[in-house]
Amino acid sequence: MIYSALAERIRNNKPVVLLTVIDGPNLGATLLASPNDSKLDTLGTLGDPELDRVAVRDALGELEAGRTSVRNYGPTGQVTPEDLTDTPIVRIFVESYSPPPQMIIFGAVDFTAALARVAKVLGYYVVVCDAREVFATKRRFPMADEVLVTWPTPVLAKLGDNLGARDAICILTHDPKFDVPAIQGALATKVGYIGVMGSRKTHAKRLERLAEVGISKPEDLDRLMSPIGIDIGSRTPEETAISICAEIIGKRVGRIVPSLSNSDGPIHK
Amino acid sequence: MREILGDIDRWRTQNKRIAIARVVDIEGSGPRDPGAAMAVNQDGEVCGSVSGGCVEGAVVAEALEILSTNSPGRLVKFGYSDDEAYAVGLTCGGVVHLFIAPLTW
Repeated sequence: MIYSALAERIRNNKPVVLLTVIDGPNLGATLLASPNDSKLDTLGTLGDPELDRVAVRDALGELEAGRTSVRNYGPTGQVTPEDLTDTPIVRIFVESYSPPPQMIIFGAVDFTAALARVAKVLGYYVVVCDAREVFATKRRFPMADEVLVTWPTPVLAKLGDNLGARDAICILTHDPKFDVPAIQGALATKVGYIGVMGSRKTHAKRLERLAEVGISKPEDLDRLMSPIGIDIGSRTPEETAISICAEIIGKRVGRIVPSLSNSDGPIHK
Repeated sequence: MREILGDIDRWRTQNKRIAIARVVDIEGSGPRDPGAAMAVNQDGEVCGSVSGGCVEGAVVAEALEILSTNSPGRLVKFGYSDDEAYAVGLTCGGVVHLFIAPLTW
């Protein structure tokens, strides 16, 4: 019953947190907490209503932060050190299932298919968007979770508020009609990664066009990873996809990686 | 547990008894983070992983014992500081804490 509810939440990409007593009274007891907008559904018990209440409250905080951890309580939910002396300790494993990070790819090109494939391996929810309906088809991108035939502005108006540090926007069009609004829209979000494909020459020209629409602040331009990816001499769409994803991982965890956007010289030697 | 749901579902429809091992904590270097899970059914079939392949064999043995003794589950530690480190340890030198329990919920 709890398992089925957990599996359903995970499959539908809904946030859910599973609590399990791994030490102490009621070993193995399990409780599932599923937040739905302002309402909370719980299933199961850890053995005491007050312990359930306190542990679920803490678990929702862990879920919000995307953390999986072990927390200690007294058998009736005691948390302060003085309340925890002379009482058995209940150790609870708090397992957070956040919805997967999202990757929005603008441009339905060969690189898109390769990037979408690698992103799926990494666990992303992948959205492909292009205004040309001949190219943006589910048939060409069967690995994508969504294929949208539309322009960047409405897509980002709809999805942009939900994008955060874990998410990525990759702009693979080389078409100014498309990449300028995509960049504008991307910069208006809190997305953690914005990569823009193009040679150094293309990027220099793009910066001029961005300046024409008022995008010139260094803190905005610094967010644009262009040329996209890290310098591993990628040639094929698949190799390029690996180079882009490596850059995304490095940026997310705060490592310095050899980004093409931080270097000069030829991309292909 | 996301990646092992398919196998668990299949085993459940076959009415197999199942134990789930989950990484609850790691000390030092460990190949998989807390939350990594593997499942073992009564026939010894396995899905998922909790390390880089270093301790899975020992986990299967523990899981089968838990299933056969109707244990509510137990915490198991594998790693360098363990007495059995030379038998089943992590080559990376870390310690992994697992909770292995029957799927009765």
